[in-house]
Amino acid sequence: MNPYRTQRIAFSLLFMANALILLLVGFVVVVIVQKGLPAITWQFLSDVPRQGMRAGGIFPAIVGTLYLVGGAIVFALPIGLLAAIYLSEYAKDNLLTRLIKLSIVNLAGVPSVVYGLFGLALFVVFFKFGASILSGSLTLGIMILPLIITASREALESVPQSFREVSLSLGASKWQTIQHIVLPNAIPGILTGTILGLGRAAGETAPILFTVAAFYLPLLPGSIFDQVMALPYHLYVISTQVPNVDEKIRYGTAFVLLALVLFMNLVAIIIRYKFRMKKKW
Amino acid sequence: MRKLREFIIEKLVLLCGLASIFFVVLIFLFLLREGLAVFQSISPSAFLAGKSWYPISEPPLLGILPLILGSLVVTFGAALISVPIGVGCAIYIAEIAPKRLKEILKAGIELLAAIPSVVLGFIGMVTLVPLVKTVFHLPTGLTALSGSIMLAFMAMPTIVSIAEDALYSIPKTYKEGALAMGATHWQAIWRVMLRAASSGILAAIMLGIGRVIGETMAVMMITGNAAVIPHSLFVPVRTLTATIAAEMGEAVIGSEHYFALFAIGIVLFVISFAINVTADLFLHKRQ
Repeated sequence: MNPYRTQRIAFSLLFMANALILLLVGFVVVVIVQKGLPAITWQFLSDVPRQGMRAGGIFPAIVGTLYLVGGAIVFALPIGLLAAIYLSEYAKDNLLTRLIKLSIVNLAGVPSVVYGLFGLALFVVFFKFGASILSGSLTLGIMILPLIITASREALESVPQSFREVSLSLGASKWQTIQHIVLPNAIPGILTGTILGLGRAAGETAPILFTVAAFYLPLLPGSIFDQVMALPYHLYVISTQVPNVDEKIRYGTAFVLLALVLFMNLVAIIIRYKFRMKKKW
Repeated sequence: MRKLREFIIEKLVLLCGLASIFFVVLIFLFLLREGLAVFQSISPSAFLAGKSWYPISEPPLLGILPLILGSLVVTFGAALISVPIGVGCAIYIAEIAPKRLKEILKAGIELLAAIPSVVLGFIGMVTLVPLVKTVFHLPTGLTALSGSIMLAFMAMPTIVSIAEDALYSIPKTYKEGALAMGATHWQAIWRVMLRAASSGILAAIMLGIGRVIGETMAVMMITGNAAVIPHSLFVPVRTLTATIAAEMGEAVIGSEHYFALFAIGIVLFVISFAINVTADLFLHKRQ
């Protein structure tokens, strides 16, 4: 066959593969927005679920998810950032560094439900935190750790070596250099990674199944040892566990969750974009 | 004083650097701690090859073969769909798409990666499941096939982004050499670039499969959750992950059922560990 014809056919097939994915992604988003948006009222966002979750709103689930995400980031950001500083500024090219990198890859690959088991065994049972915001946040925090380390490390490593050399040659110590020169220049990248981590933590269901999520709990939490409802788990519950839930409520919940996650991603993308524009090197 | 401060900070940073090793080991230890107890009442071979999973009967039957096969069937179906499409997307994005289109396509793939799996599971339930039911005239659309299709979709971001990286990092001279010899662009891609990037693409496929095996919520919502040995793609199945997620809530802490679910967790951990280490080796071979 004519090689140019083969090429045309191959390229069209490849294009179709892409178009298919893009169409499906678009379809998912459009369906949720189209059917979910009409369900969004002030009452839906601010009221507790009523009549066995067949009416009312999703306020406790929104609050619960915000608590969990906040807790996860408070735990994961300091550790993740320092780990990234170690890898980018201190680590030598040796077996230990290789092992750390391999662990990060593995941590990122552990199935989310296994994180749930781990959180149950360690935080809920062993440390006796019970099913609580604390257990859930720590579990989610460990889950997003690899994401934060990887993003922060990339941000730190993209700061030019000459910046460090100048600072060191002026008599600054290594940590002073990191603190005053490297970190400020890496902040947008670190922020992007952190926000993506937030989005990931907000959307995950399996790690919170046995560590925190409450089936139905209209009360807001009083302390970090309380259970909470969470958006992803609530969506799972009303779409599989509770019969005869109005479709509007399901789509509305899916819409709020998706909007929350995509909003975080959008913020991350905007920060990245602005930073690229302003980059001086 | 300053030296002391530098010293303390350096050690603190090292400590956090070691945290990821610590957590991987900790996860494994706690899975073992809770999971190994099941082997007091059942042998490892009976656990892995047992054909019946009735954890709450008396005495409980704890054979996870149906669950392993459930995971395998769904994963196999998903790989069959996602590998050609995913690698195709990666080739198109890395090599063919004009710059503007490339940005749009990458943004679309990133968007897909960001959608929570429970949202995809929900959409699968209300759109894909009825579709599979009517197209194949099945009594229920909650089948391995629905799961495969959904998971193929969810594995796409992993496969595409890593395969695209692999293609992108081939030295430009390879392609230029092929083109200079009179090859068409497609011939250069097919015969030179894909081969040069093969280990990276293999890693992409493996990590995609890892993603599929570990996926929980969407699978639980659309595969029907019947813990029986599947004989085709058109029957309800239950995967390893879905079993843990669906049953842990009801398992009494310290019961055999509880230990068995942790033992399933060990199996999943070992599988994902093996996949990630091998994929990492492939990725490093390239450099």
